[in-house]
Amino acid sequence: MTTPSSLDARRQVHLAAHFPGVNNTTLWSDPRSESQIAFSSFRHFAQNAERGFFDYLFLAEGLRVREHKGRIYEADVAGRPNTLAILAAVAAVTEHIGLVGTLSATFNEPYELARQLATADHLSGGRIGWNIVTTSDAFHGANFRRGAFLDRDQRYVRAAEFLEVADRFWSSWAPDAVVADKASGRFLADGGVGEVEHHGLHFDVTGRATLPGGPQGRPLIVQAGDSAAGRDFAAEHADVIFSLHSEFADAQRFYADVKGRLPGHGRDEDSLKVLPAIGFALGDSRAEAEEKAREIALAQTSGATAIAFLERVWGRDLTEYDPDGPLPPIDPDPAGAGITQGRANNAADPKATADAWRERAEAERLSIRELVIALTARHGLVGTPAQVAAEIDRFVQERASDGFVIVGHTNPYGLDEFVDTVVPELQERGVYRRSYDEGATLRDLIGAQGRSSVGSSAAVR
Amino acid sequence: MTRNLHLAVALEGTGWHPASWREPAARPTEIFTPGYWLDLVRAAEAGGVDFVTIEDSFGLQSSRFGAADDRVDQLRGRLDALLIASYVAPRISRIGLVPTVTTTHTEPFHVATALQTLDHVSEGRAGWQPRISASPDDAASVGRRTVPALDLEAYRRGEGQAIVHELFDEAGEVVDAVRRVWDSWEDDAIVRDVDSGRFLDGEKVHYTEFEGRYVRIKGASITPRSPQGQPPVIALAHATVPFEFAAAHADAVCITPHTPEQLREILAEVHDAEARLRPTSLPPLLVYADLVVLLEDNAEDAAAALERLDDQAGDTLASDALVVASTPAALVERLREGQRLGLDGFRLRPARLPADLDTITRSVVPALEQAGLRAPAPDGVAPGTAPRTLRDTLGLERPANLFTHQPALRDSEVSA
Repeated sequence: MTTPSSLDARRQVHLAAHFPGVNNTTLWSDPRSESQIAFSSFRHFAQNAERGFFDYLFLAEGLRVREHKGRIYEADVAGRPNTLAILAAVAAVTEHIGLVGTLSATFNEPYELARQLATADHLSGGRIGWNIVTTSDAFHGANFRRGAFLDRDQRYVRAAEFLEVADRFWSSWAPDAVVADKASGRFLADGGVGEVEHHGLHFDVTGRATLPGGPQGRPLIVQAGDSAAGRDFAAEHADVIFSLHSEFADAQRFYADVKGRLPGHGRDEDSLKVLPAIGFALGDSRAEAEEKAREIALAQTSGATAIAFLERVWGRDLTEYDPDGPLPPIDPDPAGAGITQGRANNAADPKATADAWRERAEAERLSIRELVIALTARHGLVGTPAQVAAEIDRFVQERASDGFVIVGHTNPYGLDEFVDTVVPELQERGVYRRSYDEGATLRDLIGAQGRSSVGSSAAVR
Repeated sequence: MTRNLHLAVALEGTGWHPASWREPAARPTEIFTPGYWLDLVRAAEAGGVDFVTIEDSFGLQSSRFGAADDRVDQLRGRLDALLIASYVAPRISRIGLVPTVTTTHTEPFHVATALQTLDHVSEGRAGWQPRISASPDDAASVGRRTVPALDLEAYRRGEGQAIVHELFDEAGEVVDAVRRVWDSWEDDAIVRDVDSGRFLDGEKVHYTEFEGRYVRIKGASITPRSPQGQPPVIALAHATVPFEFAAAHADAVCITPHTPEQLREILAEVHDAEARLRPTSLPPLLVYADLVVLLEDNAEDAAAALERLDDQAGDTLASDALVVASTPAALVERLREGQRLGLDGFRLRPARLPADLDTITRSVVPALEQAGLRAPAPDGVAPGTAPRTLRDTLGLERPANLFTHQPALRDSEVSA
């Protein structure tokens, strides 16, 4: 049931469910908001997404509590579980949905992470994906034995080599390695467990895996980097790009760019899916949905949040300014870069950014808070359920994306309404699955091509 | 009735006998499947066992000390134990889950948050069995440091013990660092104060500020303090160095005496280490003995079953822990005697899974209850009460937060 009939060649929509994270997009002040750490929240969020036949649940990760102006940042949700442990637990209360976690290629080692991902793939019946990130700064490094050991320009080099070594471990047990013949007393086939030997720039590894690769061999690979190097890495290695380009024309440009990089790596267009992150607001009419979107944006952007947002660019304390007043006339402090630690949104040129924002605020008569809302609110999907479904369909048919990573605003009920109302509209349009195929892996759900490492050539180079 | 004798079961592959995978009831082809582990833990839970340990090693199993073998006649391969425990946790409701997580080549920050997460998912029934990785093969699989090759004979002559000392020193640092990460959020750090716009009270989130020889962790955990705060740390120990490690860092130690005399000697040594090294932040060390158990209805059948397994393995079962091939009644007498000599409990290692686990739950646990050595396990959770945590089961109070009760730590936080 998951594939379109031969008469209906419409491109199919892929959806992922972003567990509400530690940005101000998550409305913790909403009365329906529950614990961000209790397992019951993860259970509900994942089971709801599975009820809506999503491809996967997505979890972000940050390896240090965020700081702002030298202190723990207090205004946003904080505190999340260990990614691998929570994915294994969610696997126990779901049956079909994929489970994608963000894990660092910098603060992990290939032998151990390959073992953990393979374990999770076994436990979930082939539903695990890995969003590879490469953060390497000193702020995060301070929580790890090696500290900040990696130059910025080496991040993707290490990530690619990491994946290469991990692949070798995932394919190092022969498919028929476990004989387990009780009568003859033979447990392993001769040579069934290969030794992986790799001597490279970042890794010098000789070892044997403690387990065969999981049902997928290589878990689904997701990548989010937006730089040219990041796009090249995705075009070579990833199955899904988690994109920030959710405005239609921009999304089409990005889509064409990354898909255009695929032939250079011998890959066809469908082997890499592009899924932008996007929020939504639903109503019985477009006007009602737009009103709801405004309410959400206001709730996401408290005065304190708006001031902190500006401080990240100004690099100095701005608490004396009224969030409902005009932008600060003073210029950013060039020495203040890094006023916020633990999130990646420091402006490249603070002075130019501040000038542009002041210009826009003046032209559109926006207060600080209104400007921040205008800059950050990403409710690309606003309308009735039928309108939202039509918009998703348009993105996919016109090659602006292959679907979306839907970001819920509240935890854990933030996607319930979407599943109740938008999913049936997508199904009605013939662009979305009506059931999961029994035994499908995450690679099957997303339609990833044969980049599984099962049955690949010999592990030993 | 005296104190409640604690009872744990150690889950390892198809059992602790190397030929166990060939038993008719063994499921050797399923060890990489979730259902296998769920069945075992559910059986242990239904049978009233206090907690299971899930054994693990950083590298592939080997019959040689500190080096790989190429044997094809024994069970090889395992899943990551912490992830098995995390998978099982949402589907069980009473039993403690104590995975082995190694300390030598792992990142303490990840170890800490993973165990906190297991504690959140299990609603307070997580524990941790730390273990070192002394094998050169384990080191080579990471490739960031080397560990000199050791053979057992050389080790017994006293060679190579410096490296083991060092690995246990490091393990001690890892446990200390992990404990600080666990406490880095106070229980009420999340305030959700809509009026002030504060989700978090930053004053109640503390820098870990751990600076050791092997481990440095600056920041607070990314995970809020878990239901138990400090999941119990349970260490296996055979000699002075690990006894001292357990006394200084663990909540419970598993020892391996083979005779009552050895038990007295080891207890004396453990208590001596405790007197010298126990920090005031930890309650008295619980002491358990490990036993490999093979149980049949009569002693002759048990002896014959062990002989048959030994024949299949091609060797007599060699074990650090005493092997008890006997009847449930004889085992219960042994446990009673152990308690009389000062043990707080036992960890039973079933020689054959699931056979000996089934006998433990069907015969041994009820016999212990009849003998007044254990109270029957409470059924479920009364409405409106907090679930029983593993610390509750072991008689350990929920500990005060290190950062609010130790002035030295408060100071380091303030100066950060």
